[in-house]
Amino acid sequence: MSVFVLRRLLTLLATLVGASLIIFLVLDALPGNAAQMLMGADASPDAVRALTAKLGLDQPLAVRYLQWVKGLLIGDLGNSYVYGTPVAGLIAERLVLTIPLAIMSMAITVTLALSAGIYTAANHNKLGDVGVMSLTQVGIALPNFWFAILLVLLFAVRLQWLSAGGFAGWEDGVWPGVKSLLLPAVSLAVVQAAILARVTRSAVLEVLREDFVRTARAKGLGKREVLWSHVLRNAMIPVMTVMGLQFANLLAGTIVIENVFYLPGLGRLIFQSIANRDLIVVRNCVMLLATMVVIVNFVVDVLYALIDPRIKVHDL
Amino acid sequence: MAERSSMPLIEVSNLGVRLNTSRGPAQAVRGVSFALKRGETLGLVGESGCGKSVTAMSLMGLLPDSAVVTGSIKLDGNELAGLPDADYCRLRGNRISMIFQEPMTALNPMHTIGNQVAEPLRRHKKYSAGQARKEAIALLDRVGLPDPARRVDAYPHQFSGGQRQRITIAMALACEPDLLIADEPTTALDVTIQGQILDLIADLVDERGMSMILISHDLGVIAENVQRMMVMYGGTVVESGPTDEVFRRMGHPYTQGLFRARPKLGARKGTRLKTISGTVPELADLPAGCTFSERCPLVIDACRVALPPMVEVGPGHGVRCIRTDVSMAETVGALSA
Repeated sequence: MSVFVLRRLLTLLATLVGASLIIFLVLDALPGNAAQMLMGADASPDAVRALTAKLGLDQPLAVRYLQWVKGLLIGDLGNSYVYGTPVAGLIAERLVLTIPLAIMSMAITVTLALSAGIYTAANHNKLGDVGVMSLTQVGIALPNFWFAILLVLLFAVRLQWLSAGGFAGWEDGVWPGVKSLLLPAVSLAVVQAAILARVTRSAVLEVLREDFVRTARAKGLGKREVLWSHVLRNAMIPVMTVMGLQFANLLAGTIVIENVFYLPGLGRLIFQSIANRDLIVVRNCVMLLATMVVIVNFVVDVLYALIDPRIKVHDL
Repeated sequence: MAERSSMPLIEVSNLGVRLNTSRGPAQAVRGVSFALKRGETLGLVGESGCGKSVTAMSLMGLLPDSAVVTGSIKLDGNELAGLPDADYCRLRGNRISMIFQEPMTALNPMHTIGNQVAEPLRRHKKYSAGQARKEAIALLDRVGLPDPARRVDAYPHQFSGGQRQRITIAMALACEPDLLIADEPTTALDVTIQGQILDLIADLVDERGMSMILISHDLGVIAENVQRMMVMYGGTVVESGPTDEVFRRMGHPYTQGLFRARPKLGARKGTRLKTISGTVPELADLPAGCTFSERCPLVIDACRVALPPMVEVGPGHGVRCIRTDVSMAETVGALSA
């Protein structure tokens, strides 16, 4: 087990190094000088050059990369070109919103998808199966920003149960914060849940065809008991794989959804920083997202080994 | 008790099973009847697709929901056909157990073998976890799994095919069933292991006074392990009787063909195996009349008109053929060929 985790950790580190290189090089290759952007088109070339030097942008590429990585390791991400404040602080402020949003959205996704997937597989080819599967087809086809607007029209404008946007913060307790994240979380979750439900259904159906399901039935277990005690654990492997991939999708989705709902989260920070050419913020935010995705997939890999006793032997 | 012992344990009469296949509805089993007393053993033999496994699954009540079962299956006089699944669950693994063909896939890879063997005990006998575990170790020991006390917490992938089949046997026997159905229990195993597993099953059947239905396509396995046998073809029983009697005087051209087609020891190198010409008919479009008529060397027009009746050719020995006068006369020649 520890060998397995160790090997996975090494892969994780290698992935992060690769990601940091790509992020750094791509952002560096972008046209547009940050110093020029900050000072405006009318600024004198001397002043622009002075600011470029002050920001350290005149250093060679390799030096700047290593400085950044060193900063990442000691937790010093530098200062925002635009706000002049530490990037770490900016990000931390935003994560207070984005992490709860991602967790809520993932929780809604998993709850919806597993119940729909298991229900439809257990009622294969019956009316309930066909009905729920048609709904997931619609779910997959929905663009999440458009669905978000529909939700706003219904719950904020018409019913006035929830606000149309903005974030209440956590100062007044948990509920106001959760309430303001509810619509964004649901709009992010619906498409993902539709996909995951279909994956769950086909994974469960596939396991239901296995010989050991027949063996379990021959022992006298009812269909429902076989489903819970023998089928689900076997079906979880493909479901978890997709869940790991969806987490990345979900983080990308927050960039759009936070803009639709005027939420001061990480996604909105990235969006604004790109518009402002605040590349130091963009670079660190993207690195953070990449790290989160890689860590989630690492956790999924470890969970595989916990669920499936065969994986330790094959040392995947 | 005396009355009970004279009554058949399981009595199947005029069993029919209709399955929905991709090629349309198919009558997988037609007019199968037999009775089995406590301690008796019966063999079902035939090619794949002849309906022997479907017959077994209908006894277990494990046919797909879309299957239509007609006729009657009685266990100790109680009708099983049409029994609700919840009631059937109380019998399966308790009074009727089954061993399957593929030991490599018949066990759940995610559960320890101990838990899988203990499952029927916990379910039917309401054993505590500790009791069930102790009993599981005893069962695994009885079926000859080495070092069961230590290996009870291992997973199926840590065992060989033969060992896994021993584990499924332990599982099937956990609740001391009255009837054991063994569906090709050794087909997927190495030849050297096959004999050991069959001996084990025979010992256990003897020791516990169970009845057994052994399904195999291997005439040798049938000859050595059961008292009575039924040969199936195209969903019907074409010949049935005491095993010795059937082997001594096989009456159906299909049985004779099966016998000729088996590989023989001592045959000269390069000798071709005899085959039965043609292929097994699709159950979805069986010929009218005798199911074997398309491939039968003795076929006459009358064979294609209606399904032949079972003809009694000896004590308890029936042959579903209208040409037994010819086929039985040729039997001696057929056997030596």
